[in-house]
Amino acid sequence: MSRPQPGGSEATDRKATGQEATGQEATGREVTGRDATGLASRHRPSASVRSAGPVNENNQRSTVNRLSAENVTLAYDQRVIAEQLSVEIPDNSFTVIVGPNACGKSTLLRALSRMLKPSQGRVLLDGQVIQSMPAKQVARTLGLLPQSSIAPDGITVGDLVGRGRYPHQGLLRQWSAQDERIVRESMEATGVAELADRYVDELSGGQRQRVWIAMALAQQTPLLLLDEPTTYLDIQHQIDVLDLCAELHEEQGRTLVAVLHDLNHAARYATHLIALRGGEVVAEGAPGDIVTAELVEEVFGLRCQVIDDPETGTPLVVPAARRARTGAEGRERDADREAKVAATEAS
Amino acid sequence: MKTQVMSKPAVRNRALRSPGGLSVRLDVRAFVVVLLLLLAALVASVVLIGTGDFPIPAADVVRTLLGDGDPSQELIINDLRLPRVLVGLLVGASLGLGGALFQSISRNPLGSPDVLGLSQGATAGALVVIVLFSGDADQVALGALGGGLFTGLAIYLLAWKRGVHGYRLVLVGIGVSAIATAVNGYLITKADIVDAARAVVWMTGSLNGRDWEQVQPLLIMCAILVPTVLANARGLRMMEMGDDVSYALGVRVERVRMLLMVSAVLLTAGATAAAGPVSFVALTAPQLAKRLTRSPGPNLVPSLCMGAALLVVADWASQRAFGADQLPVGVVTGVLGGVYLLWLLVTERKAGRI
Repeated sequence: MSRPQPGGSEATDRKATGQEATGQEATGREVTGRDATGLASRHRPSASVRSAGPVNENNQRSTVNRLSAENVTLAYDQRVIAEQLSVEIPDNSFTVIVGPNACGKSTLLRALSRMLKPSQGRVLLDGQVIQSMPAKQVARTLGLLPQSSIAPDGITVGDLVGRGRYPHQGLLRQWSAQDERIVRESMEATGVAELADRYVDELSGGQRQRVWIAMALAQQTPLLLLDEPTTYLDIQHQIDVLDLCAELHEEQGRTLVAVLHDLNHAARYATHLIALRGGEVVAEGAPGDIVTAELVEEVFGLRCQVIDDPETGTPLVVPAARRARTGAEGRERDADREAKVAATEAS
Repeated sequence: MKTQVMSKPAVRNRALRSPGGLSVRLDVRAFVVVLLLLLAALVASVVLIGTGDFPIPAADVVRTLLGDGDPSQELIINDLRLPRVLVGLLVGASLGLGGALFQSISRNPLGSPDVLGLSQGATAGALVVIVLFSGDADQVALGALGGGLFTGLAIYLLAWKRGVHGYRLVLVGIGVSAIATAVNGYLITKADIVDAARAVVWMTGSLNGRDWEQVQPLLIMCAILVPTVLANARGLRMMEMGDDVSYALGVRVERVRMLLMVSAVLLTAGATAAAGPVSFVALTAPQLAKRLTRSPGPNLVPSLCMGAALLVVADWASQRAFGADQLPVGVVTGVLGGVYLLWLLVTERKAGRI
């Protein structure tokens, strides 16, 4: 693991206060993830092998991760969300981006998936500026599950998942036998195969999210970005979707990047965590190394304890009781945060 | 009722594959609907050619069209009635396709050219020529084309904000439509009685007196725009799932949308220039087609065929019920399309599909 780590020094500082055991646990998981990758990539169908073609010719490949943002300034019109932000997505990781509302985590994900063009700096995919690459070539390498997706009226599950094959198709190559097989496999992997002929409108929220993930899988991209995949789901379906993501990461060896709201979910599932605040990376690294009470207070402005998750040994954030938080300092901070939220909502 | 809702849709997509790795996907039901609509348009055309002050049996019409009729019928059919029917088919097809494009781009059944003000804008262009310049038919057509294009551009620029979005497009279109309607009302009150009568007939949409001169430009327009649109139809299908999803799938969203909007504006303005603002075809044809194919997606080809069939049937109905050249076709398309759509909506509500 000789990859460059911009937030490396910070991460080491925090490690002193973090739990050693969980740190090892997380590293161990990453290694098995890599093993699984090696296995999975041999079985990967030719479509993604072909899309990986130009990658191998690129001599930067061995030292640099496939996806990174270099000194990007991200802005909507005049409103600047982040300046001079640099992020590396470690290959074969399950990276989770966390941070308070309006910290720029979804914006960062949009920039990484070339939805948002940085006003300065660049996003690199396989060593190339992502905006300069052909749209379909990017779509064969990097998939995105956005928050806003619309299931067209009267579409069936199979049909919707099939649309994920678009970047692999053409006017005279509309539906190959391979397309059919990959769509079936994607539905099986997400457990929606038996729903193939059902209308998407009839499904529950959890099922529907699985269908959208199946569509993104059918795209067969080695990199998959998910923008708050668990929002609006109940706790059972949240865990369900996260288990599915972990499975995709471990068994199929895909690199996953997700924006999550729940810090405990992030700490449990991520192999690599990026904590953002105000458009800046506050810390990054394995959750066991970086998630401490100090970090949570710094990023979220919340006093808490961090204990071991009794199930997994990963860090578990337990917010301090209200009594402990409502000192003079706490009130001041609350007022400060509310003013900030109001300002961002107003714009 | 519940079992009906949960019923499995039949396996509908068949893939045709060649040994060389080429493949085409075919929606069987949509394909059958297209064939039936084409057949309906063809039959209606033959019947329509036979209808008039001098009725001709269908068999004679077919024989003459195949170049084997008697000379007296040949004149009536080839020089008088055939161009009118062709204009009807082409105008209907253009409006159907333009409407389907706009409704798909705005993701809203109300986002059709009639509602967005394109027809009103084209009308304003035509009225300016009629009322202010007393221009001839060709000049009126050019005026309508110019008015339609200008309106389309205005809507696009006003609705553009980091891309064009459905909701804003419809609202801006309704605003533009209100302005154009006001301008049209003003122009009519300023006109003298002869010009005003001509303007009102033009505004209803009519196929009367259309000849080969109108057929040619329409045919050229369709020959260029229809293939252009169909080549981009797959991208449009993806865009139904939202800009983000289609972008992630590698569709160049803004480019496809721009190209298709320009095509839709040209199709609508061209059709309006040829036949006046024939009401409701652009709104109803895509909705009718969608309900017949029951297929998600923009249903471009079925909408095109539905528009053509609808207009020719409406023209036949107006001639049949009120005598030739009595009632402009735009009145009938409004009634016919509206009633059919209401009927479909009611039956679908009973079946629990909407």
